Amino acid sequence: MKQNGDYYQRDRTLHPPALTPGYKTSVARSPQYALISLQNSVGEITGPVFGHNDIDPLDNDLLNNYASPGENPIGERIILHGRVLDENARPVPETLVEIWQANAGGRYRHKKDTYLAPIDPNFGGCGRTITDENGYYYFRTVKPGAYPWRNHVNNWRPAHIHVSVFGSAFNQRLISQCYFEGDPLIPICPIVQTIPDQDAIEQLTAKLDLNATIPLDTIAYKFDIVLRGRRSTLFENRLEGN
Amino acid sequence: MPQELQYLRETASQTAGPYVHIGLAPGAAGFDIYKQELGHDIVGPNAKGERIRVEGRVIDGTGSPVKDVLLEVWQANAQGIYAHPEGGGEVEDGFRGWGRVITDFETGEWSFETVKPGPTGGGNVGTQAPHINLWLVARGINVGLNTRMYFSDEAAANAKDPVLNMIEWEARRPTLIATRTEQDGLAVYRFDIRLQGENETVFFDV
Ligand SMILES: [Fe+3]
Repeated sequence: MKQNGDYYQRDRTLHPPALTPGYKTSVARSPQYALISLQNSVGEITGPVFGHNDIDPLDNDLLNNYASPGENPIGERIILHGRVLDENARPVPETLVEIWQANAGGRYRHKKDTYLAPIDPNFGGCGRTITDENGYYYFRTVKPGAYPWRNHVNNWRPAHIHVSVFGSAFNQRLISQCYFEGDPLIPICPIVQTIPDQDAIEQLTAKLDLNATIPLDTIAYKFDIVLRGRRSTLFENRLEGN
Repeated sequence: MPQELQYLRETASQTAGPYVHIGLAPGAAGFDIYKQELGHDIVGPNAKGERIRVEGRVIDGTGSPVKDVLLEVWQANAQGIYAHPEGGGEVEDGFRGWGRVITDFETGEWSFETVKPGPTGGGNVGTQAPHINLWLVARGINVGLNTRMYFSDEAAANAKDPVLNMIEWEARRPTLIATRTEQDGLAVYRFDIRLQGENETVFFDV
């Protein structure tokens, strides 16, 4: 009989290393010793369970979740949608997806952001949802603007939406960023370029999805998220008694 | 041509950046948007066991406190059970065992209240001393860092813990042990996390 086994080891060759001098903040914040590899135990294969009571049905609609009644944020109206899958291509249902982003001018609603682009009174900049039984999720929002940041004096972040996903185990926990296809800032961004693998960068780039647009209303981008997969144990070969 | 393996590849991690609070703790970013923010109450009102406070700082390679960290807590209840279908049993009503903690923007201090977990485990790895799993993200951290916090008053259990014992460098094991003190009758554990340099905290590839 097939049983759930350990999670696949994280493929560190597609993730950024801790120390990436082109992204200067990483220099003093990167551990120098190698990570200690752990076999999965109960604390790694379990993780928090969220339900629809934890969130509000409107939380995934950034066009409305902070806007005054009858108003909307300024900017290009987009749908961001896709599926959360594991490395076995199986959907990850009922998992929490949270996003945050700058407004259309590239300004965050955060007391530490002082960029001169204005705050949009009708845009909060965060949303959350729980995937359905097929691992599917969607958000409505505006396309974020590029913004400058202090790394080199003339670095600009490509338009991006930050994404946080749980999966069903704490060792699947992931935070990443979603970019938009065709953005000329992607190949010159020091944060994007912390990723050593070109295919992995392309996997972070949402594609225009005309079939999912709402004509005359909202344009759509597709962004699938892949979490670590899990082994099926075909044969029970554990040592007894420990 | 050999056959192809049809696996997908995990989505690559990117730093949570300086504005992680907007998404995961908007109140700290300076605005109210959700009916309830997640992760403020780790154990709920019905949790059994000793109520404790855990506090600390995250310190970078220059010795400076990191003031824009977000930590997530994942722990078992006092009986050593995680609130999950594979967690080993039933937990108290309202016990989730998961929380979100952010550092003070001025001082870099963080703290949370919880109950002390029991020993967990069995399975492949064996019984583990009481510990709290921590995951931290911040600007400048490219992939979230996993670590564990053990308890200074569990010396006997810590000495037998399979994970602590797997760390070949014995001198590094104490970086995972929080120091217990009592303050106004409450047990307070101090756990400073050093990202780099002298006494660098042990981080795990889980
Ligand atoms: Fe950003």
